[in-house]
Amino acid sequence: MIEFRSVSKQFPGGTVAVNDFSLVIPSRKTTVLVGSSGSGKTTILRMINRMIDPTSGSIEIDGEDISTLQPVKLRRRIGYVMQNSGLLPHFSVIDNVATVPILSGMPKKKAREQSLALLDTVGLDRSLAHRYPSQLSGGQQQRVGVARGLAANPNILLMDEPFGAVDPIVRAELQAELIRLQRELDKTVVFVTHDIDEAFLLGDQVVILETGGHIVQVGSPTEILSDPANDFVASFIGADKGKRALTIRKTPRGEILVDSEGRAAGVLVPAQDGADR
Amino acid sequence: MNWIANNLDQVGQLTLAHLAIALPPIVLSFVISVPIGWLANRLRWSRGILRWSSGALLTLCVLLYAIPSFPLFVALPSLIGTGLRDPVNVVVGLTLYGIALMVRTSADGLAAVDPDVRESATAVGFSGWSRFWRVELPLSAPVLLAGLRVVAVSTVSLTTVGAVLGISSLGTLFTDGFQRNIPAEIATGIVVTMAIALIIDAILVLVGRLLLPWVRATSRAGGPRTSRSVKQAVVT
Amino acid sequence: MNLLLDAIRWVFDPANYGGPNGIDTRSGEHLALSGLVLLIAVVIAVPFGYFIGHTGHGRGIIVPLSGGVRALPTLGLLILVALNVGIGVVAPVVALVVLAIPSILAGAYSGFEAIDRRVIDAARAVGMTEWQILIRVEIPLGLPLLIGGLRSASLQVIATATLADYVSGGGLGHFLFLGLQTNNYPEMLGGSIVVIVLALASEGLFGLLQRLVVPAGVAARQPKDVRLRPVRSQTALG
Repeated sequence: MIEFRSVSKQFPGGTVAVNDFSLVIPSRKTTVLVGSSGSGKTTILRMINRMIDPTSGSIEIDGEDISTLQPVKLRRRIGYVMQNSGLLPHFSVIDNVATVPILSGMPKKKAREQSLALLDTVGLDRSLAHRYPSQLSGGQQQRVGVARGLAANPNILLMDEPFGAVDPIVRAELQAELIRLQRELDKTVVFVTHDIDEAFLLGDQVVILETGGHIVQVGSPTEILSDPANDFVASFIGADKGKRALTIRKTPRGEILVDSEGRAAGVLVPAQDGADR
Repeated sequence: MNWIANNLDQVGQLTLAHLAIALPPIVLSFVISVPIGWLANRLRWSRGILRWSSGALLTLCVLLYAIPSFPLFVALPSLIGTGLRDPVNVVVGLTLYGIALMVRTSADGLAAVDPDVRESATAVGFSGWSRFWRVELPLSAPVLLAGLRVVAVSTVSLTTVGAVLGISSLGTLFTDGFQRNIPAEIATGIVVTMAIALIIDAILVLVGRLLLPWVRATSRAGGPRTSRSVKQAVVT
Repeated sequence: MNLLLDAIRWVFDPANYGGPNGIDTRSGEHLALSGLVLLIAVVIAVPFGYFIGHTGHGRGIIVPLSGGVRALPTLGLLILVALNVGIGVVAPVVALVVLAIPSILAGAYSGFEAIDRRVIDAARAVGMTEWQILIRVEIPLGLPLLIGGLRSASLQVIATATLADYVSGGGLGHFLFLGLQTNNYPEMLGGSIVVIVLALASEGLFGLLQRLVVPAGVAARQPKDVRLRPVRSQTALG
């Protein structure tokens, strides 16, 4: 469990990125921080592995105040995946994945073997192991990024808009892959995005943020959709007049759902178990 | 051709003398410049007086670089207390030039490391020291190598200027050939000097290929930011 | 330190001015020689550089060749030419032009190559002819790097022109060689100081020019961020 207690961050220039932010991030669930740029979502994420230290307030991981921990050690036990993969261009794929275990003192040979297995986990062919990142496609690089994030077998995985720079088709693949991985691995995932669809797709808990890290609403996708906290949320998630404002229209052949523009969006079918995530 | 055949011994000795003067500055300026360049790069991100001192440091390098070699060789003895015809003058002078060029190159090379990569290295848990050795230094290595190649070639070529002061090197073939009116002797000096410069350059390129295998892989694949600054450093 | 003071005194001694071997006359010669050399080098190198930069042809030959020229010891070339054409000003001009060409050439074509390809594509797409692209897009945008090349060349030429007097080509080298022969340290150092001042003046002048020729729109867009600054042109020196 990660807990933020009245955390604020003011940058040297005077900008207040995050103001009095409190949140409990449950273990073994995916929490998505979603907001537009300037909402402080990346700053919040980076405070978890002490890439940024808060100006005031405290952050605890499983009851331990992280300001008492050494940043470098802390980072090595938290997985981190960022946009544009952040791979080291001068390390081969396998060495990129093995970076953290080797930094933590694992023998190279063992770290590499283990990394090969991780390539399987993220759905990459082992033949790519000795290529350099620049020789891979964007989607492949992002998979390597995920494998590197998992390499130290961390309990926590931080993901900073990891799929922001890939095309929509590859993004959908990677999202599906992440859902599958999370089902297998059961990590505490903290995911940052500005894409509300991605947030609803991946998040067990979705946190909608406004400027300065102000929380507008926290809840499961179902809770947020069924009961938007205010007009801002309603318009942000598109429940007021966007593609999620669906109405039933009767046609000669049956009923269909149409969005606010009158375009067909789907049909109604009987509910299945577990539809409420 | 006859002249070379009759004077092989002398050419050989002068070649060795030339290398003895030219090689130390190449190595020394590299070893001295990288830490200074690192410092200059660190300082230019700080504020106030520190930032100013970084600018001053780099400007000092430009000024140093602007001092013509021949006058410098002439002036150095009175500053460091060596004799007028001591080879050390040339070694020190050429080292200063190498530093003037390499400090700037090192600072630029280190600054050209993609900030995203630097961030991600920090995020996965590189400590400051290991991040420098394993990420920043290797990633700026192509730029450093390009700078070192320029230093090497110009150092080998400038070593000849010492001959005007009577310091033995392949440049002696120029001054001697001039006084005795033997064009073949001068041509020999030019060819051997160029050959040494190009051989050292080729060795550096080779070492670069062995130590930096990702550079070629990357440039074949279309390459990220580093490769462009490398190309620029090599061509300009 | 005393020597340095003596040298400075030598520089400001009125007795050393006027006449064919005055500091003023010799400085004038030095600058005239350097200016002439730069002019010839520009006339030769810029069209070549623009051709390579615009078409991309000939790069494979010219680049290694100009790299090789950098390894050429200027002193050797100077003396070799002097033996063939006789002592005087011709040999220094030839040797220094050869010295100056690589920097200017590189400045010319790398100035073109540094332009964002999309800008050229866009120019072509809106219907500019190749000439119009050259004159309205490539030359103005490439100018800062060309001036950068000229700046390096000028520094090298002014510095290396001190060797000209070795073959009686005139210039400030006179004081260095004369001082060497007569063991006159103040004269050697004083001559050096004058050359250094000229070299720094050239650096300052071209540095200023480099800023002035950046097109207004580009200057506004130019990042203050040093990370994004192109690597400064580097060249062998003389």
